[in-house]
Amino acid sequence: MALQVENLHARIGDTEILHGVTLRAGKGEVVAVMGPNGSGKSTLLYTIMGRPGYTPTKGRISLDGEDLTALPPEERSLKGVMLAFQDPVPVPGVKLSMLLTAAWNKRRGAKELTRPDPRLLAAVRRNARDLGLREELLHRDVNVGFSGGEKKRSEMLQLLTLRPRYALLDEPDSGLDVDGVKTIAAAAARLAEEGAGIVIVTHYARILRFLEPSRVYVLVDGRVVDEGGPSLAHRIDREGYSRYLSSPAS
Amino acid sequence: MGAAVRMAKPIEDLVEASRLEELLGSVRQYPKEVEIRGRIERSLVEEISRMKKEPEWMRRLRLRALELFEKMPMPRWLYGVEEIDLEEIAYYVKPRAELVDKWEELPDWIREAYQRLGLPEAEAKFLSGFTAVYDSEAVLAKAKEDLKRRGVVLLPMEEAVRRYPDLVKQYFGRVFSMADHKFAALHYALWSGGAFLYVPPGVKILQPIEAFFFIGSELEGQFEHTLVVTGENSYVHFIEGCAAPVMRSYSFHDGMVELYAHRGSRLHFSTIQNWSRNIVNFNNKRAIAEEGAHVEWLEGSIGSRLTFTYPATILRGRGASTRNISVTLANGPVVKDVGGKAIHAAPETRSIIVSKSISAGGGLATYRGLVRVQRGARGSVSHVQCDSLVLDEKSRAYTYPRNEVEEPESEVGHEASVGRLSEDQLFYLASRGLREGEAKALIVLGFIQEVLRDLPLEVASVLAKVVELEFSELGGVG
Repeated sequence: MALQVENLHARIGDTEILHGVTLRAGKGEVVAVMGPNGSGKSTLLYTIMGRPGYTPTKGRISLDGEDLTALPPEERSLKGVMLAFQDPVPVPGVKLSMLLTAAWNKRRGAKELTRPDPRLLAAVRRNARDLGLREELLHRDVNVGFSGGEKKRSEMLQLLTLRPRYALLDEPDSGLDVDGVKTIAAAAARLAEEGAGIVIVTHYARILRFLEPSRVYVLVDGRVVDEGGPSLAHRIDREGYSRYLSSPAS
Repeated sequence: MGAAVRMAKPIEDLVEASRLEELLGSVRQYPKEVEIRGRIERSLVEEISRMKKEPEWMRRLRLRALELFEKMPMPRWLYGVEEIDLEEIAYYVKPRAELVDKWEELPDWIREAYQRLGLPEAEAKFLSGFTAVYDSEAVLAKAKEDLKRRGVVLLPMEEAVRRYPDLVKQYFGRVFSMADHKFAALHYALWSGGAFLYVPPGVKILQPIEAFFFIGSELEGQFEHTLVVTGENSYVHFIEGCAAPVMRSYSFHDGMVELYAHRGSRLHFSTIQNWSRNIVNFNNKRAIAEEGAHVEWLEGSIGSRLTFTYPATILRGRGASTRNISVTLANGPVVKDVGGKAIHAAPETRSIIVSKSISAGGGLATYRGLVRVQRGARGSVSHVQCDSLVLDEKSRAYTYPRNEVEEPESEVGHEASVGRLSEDQLFYLASRGLREGEAKALIVLGFIQEVLRDLPLEVASVLAKVVELEFSELGGVG
């Protein structure tokens, strides 16, 4: 049982960004994808999630053995993969609580997507408290006027509430202070404890101090150039990416 | 047989023309003149009047209107229509059932149609009275005991003309003049069906009253006329919902609503319009509010191919007020040309106009409103809010608000916004499991939330349900 990416090549428009990426995240495993800026880390997550305009040209993406490559993003989500965006887009008119309600109801096969579920809302409030997210934000249009920290917390809230089998985290710690990083890491750890496979993209190793990965992949120019255990993350923390780059490091 | 109303060629042509307008910065209308084929004979109008057993004054009113119709020029604001064939419009269609008082007595095929619309439930729970029109004739009239006892008159319009001629005569045709435009005149010549509601002074009806109209056969022009009069310090909320089955040729609807709110009264009038996609819909709506009276219009325009509707309130008495809310959906190759009008003709009057339009699938929504503050209307306040949401590249929204302010001691404000749906937003919602139609429905519901919040539950829930259906079925109802 795993989220498996095999020899994935992908392009955005006419530009090939990924040149044969292979990685695997098993149930309950935390897997880190690190690399310098522009290495294709976000592209990898978007391609797994099925973002329009991000076209796989070769290779396979599978979830627990099932091929996702031909499915639209909403189907992939319902099958159990979800993305926590680095900078989630504001959606005026859709309150955070309504988004959660609709996504929740959809997964339960309820016909009325907008019907509020009191059990859900109770769980949402608890999760929000644990994340240090003000309850007031639940009643606001999602991501509209949210601070950076609030956006990150809101993304984690959605993951904790909707419990995907595999969570893709796109730099969930960027822009946060130490307490914020610890909070996000704790939430991700909780997801993993409950059986979710986590793929965390991060430029810095900081968050990995609080969320130990079992495996680390290093992505440079759309290729996996190194793979290792948690010590790999420690080394990058100390040395950066210079050994992987032919030109001066970013 | 051709169509009663022949549409302009592909709606894209229309959208092109409108865009050209915008580029040129003028409000010049679509250039082509609408042609009228055939005639309405005077003898036909006389026959209609005779069959309805109308008093002399009504017969003369129809004939005067017919004359005006023939003389008046085609309105310049009309576009999207190439030809109107009068010969093909059936003026008077009598359904096989006679006037009945109970649901059970309706013929099966009518009851079935109403059941599909969810009417029996609505009737049972929320409504005080009910009038249904089928094929231009009031088939079912049902007023609860309570209303009768309180002196409320709720009848099909024709019956009201016969039974309360003096009362009706005081108001009929006095709020919306037949000379206003060519199709108002046509309406008055051919009107049939509609409801008459009179609320005596001091009577407050807390449960909304509802009426449904049905176009049952092809090529029928619906010319229903609804008249609501509220006596001093009374209150009523009238809900009108239109639905029609899918048809094969075009159909034409030229209805009218006249509201008269006497001193201190409150008159709320709600319409949920969900005509099927081949109907051309003119809706003539006007209200007069006397001193301290309040008139509220709510227009939820979901269906039809082409709609022209501009609910207007004339604030004739000191301190009169009006709120005019429209939620307009142009989903698919359809055109909605709508707007609210408020005429401040007395001091201390207030108007609020809120227009929410949503364009999708190549639809065009245009807001064309008017606020006029006449000299002497001191201390008047008006606020207009126009919000448009455009869901894709193919669709359009335009706003042409007009203010004519002749009184310096007044406040007239306006806000407008245009929102566009981005691919990123759709992807974000998709990553949560929502497919495009569901995502759009959520966004649209959120967009109209502030309006839904202020409505009575039964209206809000119907409107929300209809909007949700429109998007989740990728193309709408009917």
